[in-house]
Amino acid sequence: MCTLKVVAAGPLSTVQDRGRPGLAALGVGQSGAADRPSHRLANRLVGNDEDAAVIEVTFGGLELRAEGGVYVALTGAPCPMVVRAPDEQPRTFAAYSAVWVPDGATLSLGVPSSGLRSYLAVRGGIAVPEVLQSRSTDMMAGIGPDPLAAGMRLPVGAPAGNLPETDLAPVCPPEAADIVLRVVDGPRADWFTEDALDALVGDSYKVTTDSNRVGMRLSGPELTRSRTDELSSEGMVCGALQVPPTGQPTLFLADHPVTGGYPVVAVVLSADIPKAAQARPGQRIRFVRVATPGGDLDD
Amino acid sequence: MKLFPCADQGLLVELDDLEQVLALYAELVDTPPEGVVDLVPAANTLLLRTDPARTDLQRVAKAVLEAEPRPGTRPDVGHIEIPVTYDGEDLADVGRLTGLGEREVIEAHTGQEWTVAFCGFAPGFGYLVGTDDRLHVPRRDNPRTKVPAGAVALAGEFTGVYPRESPGGWQLIGHTTATAWDLDRDPPALLVPGIRVRFVEA
Repeated sequence: MCTLKVVAAGPLSTVQDRGRPGLAALGVGQSGAADRPSHRLANRLVGNDEDAAVIEVTFGGLELRAEGGVYVALTGAPCPMVVRAPDEQPRTFAAYSAVWVPDGATLSLGVPSSGLRSYLAVRGGIAVPEVLQSRSTDMMAGIGPDPLAAGMRLPVGAPAGNLPETDLAPVCPPEAADIVLRVVDGPRADWFTEDALDALVGDSYKVTTDSNRVGMRLSGPELTRSRTDELSSEGMVCGALQVPPTGQPTLFLADHPVTGGYPVVAVVLSADIPKAAQARPGQRIRFVRVATPGGDLDD
Repeated sequence: MKLFPCADQGLLVELDDLEQVLALYAELVDTPPEGVVDLVPAANTLLLRTDPARTDLQRVAKAVLEAEPRPGTRPDVGHIEIPVTYDGEDLADVGRLTGLGEREVIEAHTGQEWTVAFCGFAPGFGYLVGTDDRLHVPRRDNPRTKVPAGAVALAGEFTGVYPRESPGGWQLIGHTTATAWDLDRDPPALLVPGIRVRFVEA
């Protein structure tokens, strides 16, 4: 069996698959890859099942040594990729392509030119043991494998299918300028003043450094409440914009808590959550208010 | 019943009280609408988390409106006893806050049936509601940075058992050796929504 030895983990690298749907009633969130389309694409490029476990790399910096030759593919935030095989010149590869890493070679990822999270799929998938039917690290719940650390060895599974004939995926890299996210009024939008809803879409919000897989704290126009009573804790979805008493929203991502006790002013459309997951600290987000897909529920 | 969409990811159903939440939850656990991936019961809401690729909220809303909640029923997940040693650091404070004194706090805690309304905060952390309101106390002004695993605590209308060491602002009244969260158990949570609990003095 091939293994990947972690030489350097970078700021944060974790194993992720599609997560753990169906366990929220036990207090366990779905977790899984923060940018799911990039996770699926990385798997497709090496002929894996779409849901196979990959490495989610936050802001580059990962270095692995292949113990056994492997095909890999990198998607999401495009990092410069260098393969150094014994007795060969280092070779540089572009993201969104399938790359052969010979036995004994090291693969190093630089800092991405845009975006935050890259997905490194290896043919056969990362085969760490499953916890509750998933190999994902849930940073909130503390479930799943530990984040990668130097010296760790990751087992690689057996290839599931044929290598695809396409070895390069023509996709756009994540946005380097302002990120535009479509939001729908949240379940507790009426707990806020009409001014607050205007403010949410009237100016941009900065992604603060207080951001991780659980959520992003944003800094921008204060969202004022029209009701100040306590909200009983209630279930929350990925993409929820929850507003604590500071009036500064938090945008919840893959490892968000199952329930929350602050009102949700708006929710990002599911199609735009992958873009949100690629927002870097310091980058600006603009929200655009749209109608609920499918119209009014009373129809 | 009020229905609130959460973009295209889910439907938050607001009900009058926990009894109604559990009645609807009991029905939907058995017959979940197509495309619903998670049900999250809470004190007076039930969230249906959906897969937008497999359904739309109109269909989910229709299924909820047509569901027949079973009043008085709860998910049939049984009942358990949890042994507690009542030696918590806040027991004296809870005795003062409630005006009951330590002994009566213990008697009130062991003398009623509790039901897990919902889970949240951490895997296996159940929010249990009781049948008498004498133990309703506010959270501590200063949350502890470390509450040990197994701590039995009170806050608001709820009691709970900390599944693992974590920060926490609840009032600690005792501890239990019962394991609230065990990955080798199916389900790993001891306190699942709807389960009825008796606390007994260890």
